[in-house]
Amino acid sequence: MRTPVHPPAVPAFDEMRDAGGLVRPAYDRLADWLTKTPKSVFRRKRQEAELLFRRLGITFAVYSDDAGVERLIPFDIVPRVLTAAEWARLEAGLIQRVRALNAFIHDIYHGQQILKAGVIPEEFVLCNAQFRPEMLGIVPPGGVWAHVAGIDVVRVDEGDFYVLEDNLRSPSGVSYMIENRSVMMRLFPELFSQNRIAPVDHYPNELLSMLRSVAPPHAGNPTVVVVTPGMYNSAYFEHAFLADEMGVELVEGQDLFVTDGFVFMRTPQGPRRVDVIYRRIDDDYLDPLAFNSQSVLGVPGLLSVYAQGNVALANAIGTGVADDKSIYPYVPDMVRFYLGEEAILKNVQTWQCREPDSLRYVLDHLDELVVKEVHGSGGYGMLIGPRASTAERAEFAARLRATPDRYIAQPTLALSTCPTFVQQGIAPRHVDLRPYVLTGRTTRVVPGGLTRVALEEGSLVVNSSQGGGTKDTWVLQE
Amino acid sequence: MHIVVEHETAYSYGAPARSTIQYLRLTPRQHANQSVRSWQVTGPGKFTEFTDGFGNIVHVLSLTTPHEQIVLRVRGEVYTTDTHGVLPPENDRCSPLVYAMPTRLTRAEGDLAEFAAGIRTPLAKERLTGLHDLMVALHKQVAYRLGVTDVESTASDAFRKGEGVCQDQAHIFLAVCRAAGIPARYVSGYMWTDSGGRDYDANHAWAEAWVPALGWVSFDVANGISTTASYVRVAQGRDYLDAAPVRGVRRGGGDEAMRVSVRVTDGQQ
Repeated sequence: MRTPVHPPAVPAFDEMRDAGGLVRPAYDRLADWLTKTPKSVFRRKRQEAELLFRRLGITFAVYSDDAGVERLIPFDIVPRVLTAAEWARLEAGLIQRVRALNAFIHDIYHGQQILKAGVIPEEFVLCNAQFRPEMLGIVPPGGVWAHVAGIDVVRVDEGDFYVLEDNLRSPSGVSYMIENRSVMMRLFPELFSQNRIAPVDHYPNELLSMLRSVAPPHAGNPTVVVVTPGMYNSAYFEHAFLADEMGVELVEGQDLFVTDGFVFMRTPQGPRRVDVIYRRIDDDYLDPLAFNSQSVLGVPGLLSVYAQGNVALANAIGTGVADDKSIYPYVPDMVRFYLGEEAILKNVQTWQCREPDSLRYVLDHLDELVVKEVHGSGGYGMLIGPRASTAERAEFAARLRATPDRYIAQPTLALSTCPTFVQQGIAPRHVDLRPYVLTGRTTRVVPGGLTRVALEEGSLVVNSSQGGGTKDTWVLQE
Repeated sequence: MHIVVEHETAYSYGAPARSTIQYLRLTPRQHANQSVRSWQVTGPGKFTEFTDGFGNIVHVLSLTTPHEQIVLRVRGEVYTTDTHGVLPPENDRCSPLVYAMPTRLTRAEGDLAEFAAGIRTPLAKERLTGLHDLMVALHKQVAYRLGVTDVESTASDAFRKGEGVCQDQAHIFLAVCRAAGIPARYVSGYMWTDSGGRDYDANHAWAEAWVPALGWVSFDVANGISTTASYVRVAQGRDYLDAAPVRGVRRGGGDEAMRVSVRVTDGQQ
């Protein structure tokens, strides 16, 4: 049974129409198209879209009771639109934030100036499960740590984007950004001649040149590979897709080996040196000689090659220390500390339940707040106070009291809405956005990202594992 | 003291192994209480070397052609001084807090959690005295015995059994410290004895705990003492896995037999 839906305290920001019902500039052309196109056409196009996705084989595994069940992520055929000006501001904010995060991670493993300055309490970082002391003193080739960052942002009003979460380990979903666009172009080619939309299909090229740019200096013409945990991983499709698009080998740990200070790939022509590894395996499983000794997914000896500067790993080992929810509140301080600037993107107010005063506040305001597990992801293990039943809130309150360290709380944001094609026709639904920020010698963002949409009316949970869908994201060109 | 170490480890395999890779933490560093006069680690193949996050010198042995045995030889000489078990803060790569968190092997659970809870107050009151008392208590309570635990045993397992090797005794000490929020680290090394040696003279291990006014203070639970000039510090880490003399993976090779011989002698005699 579903719990009653309460409207958020503040009405959500509608990205298409202003409070007076007037269409905003971004949606000028699209609104017209939405009005003129019959529902039956949308329905037919949606079926075509589903067929295309099935043919492409884009499915993802959901971790739940039916582990291993693969299914399509619902695709909404109404694109989400950002103007060039909106994007310019967002892009500047993303680049600034990722530069600060990279500086932070480097500092944490070299010198720890930010801790010595007392900006962040030492124990939050050094006693964090994501802190990898194995990386102390190690300089990754090119000095880059978070090569690929997926920054989850939401809008609550016209002017500002808020960051919900930084994903700096191996953020996934970029294949949907690319495939959503390619499906949209096949379904509605006319929209792409009527509107000037920034392309996204060059993302794999950007990724490849970024990866090549961080190769160890000796590499010359570097060999790049993608390492996957294997076909049973929920993001395997994406690993294969990106390797294919970049024209590089997709390998598993067992296809690689370490000898004489370098990493090699077994090939029919004999061993071939590997210079850059885009790895989609967690830190813990990368090298059984340094991390989880039971791991069979990784490459024994990899850390030694990395420490000697003879292979680049993207992302670097130990980046999780910067995207942990308990470190998140300090990102604006990092921007100030390392860049001497004020953060362009806002942070959501966050209560750390490990602090007694905050815990008390959270327990008193459970019906207003979103409570998340510090180490959780994918929308699992979270409570949306205003949407939860009394019993659910009571259960969460007990958990909070028992293990307050494990939780943070944030106000329930009225996420912006975008027009979405649902059963009743076109209706507003809540969305977020994950742009992908690439850092090699420079930091760049492909204009767009993955828009996730909560398909159920009133729902704020956009995670695909919890029934969310995706949309094509348009950045208009001037 | 002038300590001479000769340490040989021989692995032999039931069938030829196709490949082996090992991280060797067999090389001591300079410290306030020891200066390395000469040191050599030899074995098959060409070694590469790096310094790990904990500051240890690591040699990497890698063999990619079939082999039926591996023999590692360590020979070195170290001058040591007695600092009453105290190692003043060095240019460590980071704060002692890195060593404050329990690891899988050093988590106080069950009986050990109870024991740790009981000792929390004295440790908080006067840390140094509390740590010495803890060492003495564990020295009595956890007997040194070979063969009851293995390298994968946790501190809590060994404590429940009430016996183990120096590695387990050190892990238990670390677990109790960390449960009380005291940074403590694992140290592997060698120890000279005039009695002709005991089994643990091979790869000895002890613990160091952080005492703010002093630095790192060592506690050898197996012997119930803080380290003296008879000890050579080789590697340090959060637990055995970070500081293990040899950590390796091999493909093929069937059953493994390992033979270790260690001679730690006084270079003056």
